[in-house]
Amino acid sequence: MIVDPDVVGLSRLQFALTALYHFLFVPLTLGLAFMLAIMESVYVMTRREVWKRMTQFWGVLFGINFAMGVATGVTMEFQFGTNWAYYSHYVGDIFGAPLAIEGMMAFFLEGTLVGLFFFGWDRISPLKHMLVTWFLALATSLSALWILIANAWMQNPVGAAFNPQTMRMEVTSFKEVIFNPVAQSKFVHTVSAGYTMGAMFVLSISAWYLLRGRNIDFAKRSMTVAASFGLAAALSVVVLGDESGYAVSENQKMKMAAIEAMWETEPAPASFTLFGLPDVKAKETHAAVRIPWVMGLMGTRSIDEPILGIADLVDDAKVRIADGIKAYDAMLVLRENKNDAQAKAILAAHDKDMGYALLLKRFMDDPRKASPEDIQKAADSTIPNVPVLFWSFRIMVACGLWFIVLFGYAFWRASKRRLEGRRFLRVALWSLPLPWVAAELGWIVAEYGRQPWAIEGVLPTALGASSLTSGQVWISLGGFVLFYTALAVIDGYLMVKFARKGPDGLGMWPKKPDAIPTTAQTA
Amino acid sequence: MFDYETLRIIWWALIGILLIGFAIMDGFDFGVAALLRVLGKDEHERVVLLETIEPTWEGNQVWFILGGGAVFAAWPLLYAASFSGLYVAMFVLLVAFIIRPVGFNFREKVHHATWKAVWDYCLVASGVIVMLVCGVAFGNLFLGLPFHFDGDLRMTWDGTFFQLFRPFALLSGLVSLSMLLAHGAAWAAMKADHTIAVRAVKVSRIASLVYVVLFVLAGIWLAYGIPGYAIAGPVVTDAASNPLGKDVAVGGTWFAGYLTHPMFWGAPVLAFVGALGLQLFIGRRGFLGFFCSSLAVAGTILSAGFALFPFLMPSASSPSSSLTVWDASSSQGTLLLMLGVTVVFLPIILLYTGWVFRVMRGRVTLDHVRKSHGMY
Repeated sequence: MIVDPDVVGLSRLQFALTALYHFLFVPLTLGLAFMLAIMESVYVMTRREVWKRMTQFWGVLFGINFAMGVATGVTMEFQFGTNWAYYSHYVGDIFGAPLAIEGMMAFFLEGTLVGLFFFGWDRISPLKHMLVTWFLALATSLSALWILIANAWMQNPVGAAFNPQTMRMEVTSFKEVIFNPVAQSKFVHTVSAGYTMGAMFVLSISAWYLLRGRNIDFAKRSMTVAASFGLAAALSVVVLGDESGYAVSENQKMKMAAIEAMWETEPAPASFTLFGLPDVKAKETHAAVRIPWVMGLMGTRSIDEPILGIADLVDDAKVRIADGIKAYDAMLVLRENKNDAQAKAILAAHDKDMGYALLLKRFMDDPRKASPEDIQKAADSTIPNVPVLFWSFRIMVACGLWFIVLFGYAFWRASKRRLEGRRFLRVALWSLPLPWVAAELGWIVAEYGRQPWAIEGVLPTALGASSLTSGQVWISLGGFVLFYTALAVIDGYLMVKFARKGPDGLGMWPKKPDAIPTTAQTA
Repeated sequence: MFDYETLRIIWWALIGILLIGFAIMDGFDFGVAALLRVLGKDEHERVVLLETIEPTWEGNQVWFILGGGAVFAAWPLLYAASFSGLYVAMFVLLVAFIIRPVGFNFREKVHHATWKAVWDYCLVASGVIVMLVCGVAFGNLFLGLPFHFDGDLRMTWDGTFFQLFRPFALLSGLVSLSMLLAHGAAWAAMKADHTIAVRAVKVSRIASLVYVVLFVLAGIWLAYGIPGYAIAGPVVTDAASNPLGKDVAVGGTWFAGYLTHPMFWGAPVLAFVGALGLQLFIGRRGFLGFFCSSLAVAGTILSAGFALFPFLMPSASSPSSSLTVWDASSSQGTLLLMLGVTVVFLPIILLYTGWVFRVMRGRVTLDHVRKSHGMY
């Protein structure tokens, strides 16, 4: 049965919007949680009141953001079932496990401790409270780990095989699923991006206080923490972003070729296209500025291994579709008679390609009846949106490099105790939105670049959707857009309001710098 | 030691435990939220009520999130069929779950009566919606849902959203509502300032009485008015998970399990004992009233689960497409791995949850909130 293409398109739009929206809040939670833990540790070690006030003030902003993250996260956990029911059935045996483990190992801890962070200040000792904050921070990152293990399996589905009796993928090795190399590089890349975002958030708002001459000691200390934490995070996000790129080229050659707008295979080592205007129709990149060797070195870690271009990858796909049809045919035989030895042998030989036969299901009910033109069409459908990936990737990388420069400079100024320069402060303030730009584009590169697959090589996105009516998805999509927009407005209003109020406006910090409390007091 | 059949029964039980955990732990949050404007007569009183649940509701909600994740991992067909089939109902439920975290947090951020009232009613709505929708969904299970599978195991839904509002399902929604209102009020009676607790005791007693009457009514209706489902022919308990391999007979009674396993009656008895205990102990010192209310919640869910067993999600339009414990689970390897993880982490979860509740013990008094409200 072919799923209504409208339902697929609308469900994809809804998933992308809700995931991108959720991803506005999650990385900030990741980063701020660690910043809070660091600030509170300094408080516990030095018992200087300013560090406690810092933890509490940034904690208020953390709380607003955390509520949004939790609220929008519920949608994610349930949307696989509501809109991607066939996906859920087809890979739930593997994909469900890391989500459930995330709940048990990480989110439970996070959800239970966050209340204590806010309400426990007077109920437990400072040391215990600090431990609560640390565990909260660890739990948020642990949460990211399991989500990225699940996500990495969509990019590189290891440790699983198709079972014709249950019509789904089933686990063959959990070890491979958990120690998926893509998961490791993605985890470090993503949490580092979150840490960078948290650092930028504190850096920019503190810079604003300094520009206004408010909360000076408070802001300087916050900036110092942000600069050092941010520099480490920004270095990690770029260096391990490269690692993530390496993993991409191993497992998703097509995504890599699309990011590079590499239409034809180049002789190794390939050059890196710094700038260009990819033309999808002509299958070439105009006005390209290329740096020789760089791509080949980055993508293959060698000088003689070629990186395949889009045309060659489409030819590969055609072969795999033909093999996949054989597997599909054998699967149908086995469904009727599970002991058919010949069909078993065919399926065993070609089951890695069965997903490619399923690409045809977008165009016809029975892939076995595909003509060479159909196969060409299906093979062409494996090319993701080249210009979007090309540009998203480049802007993301540019942001990443800028973070290293900015945090490096901030770190240098902080170590010289010369944070006041107005030009520097203004640049720090105006860089505030960039981590969000980079994070959202990173999501687009990773997930939009995975198309047309829900599970790379295994399950096309179009097949994964639920059998809904487009009317139903319009209701939920419209509801989410309205509802999320309203929440975004309120969240933005509260964030700005409390950042503007600042520690002095909230009564956490004296308005005049000469009255800084130095001894411990209760808040 | 853990054959496929055993693992499936264990995972049926674990999902039951998660569901009961959700109903007991998050149920009182929903109950208190729904009663916010009834029990709390002015701003200070409402802040007291909120502060009885604010430090812990977030952890409690994870019972629900984890429930979703565990159903996905252990019963992927159930996750896929129920969530996509009940699409609009799920969306309504999601809205209730989205509005709650921001409701708690944002309410305290602006000191303006209208602002607070709007968030109050958002919280009230989220509580009522969740209690009702969960109950209505449960009721619909007994009536059978309109879905079937094709050979690829792709599910098609044969009904509409409004068909879910059948009389028995609505009754079951009211059972859930009254039960959790009683439960939430029992929490408030234990945790809130005495002025509010006195009111909460009354509300809890009345709601619990209503619950007992409705629960009995639902039981009678189920016994005499609603045909049960049974697997026809030999029951294969360790076959590959494919619901299309069996036949289902409709027309027996949902109480078949109770007739063959008399110990099943322990579940409704537990519910009644809990409700009775609530009437006796609520308003006295200690947590006995709330504990009894929790027993009633657990007994109610167990009663329904035992009646349904081995069915997870019966189909009215194509009975043999019904999902049962024997044909809708994950593979043996996944069930085993997840069991291992649960055995390690569930006790740890209970440990730190217990610690947090201990730290936050004691009544939230009006004096306390007049002086300071947590810096949420």
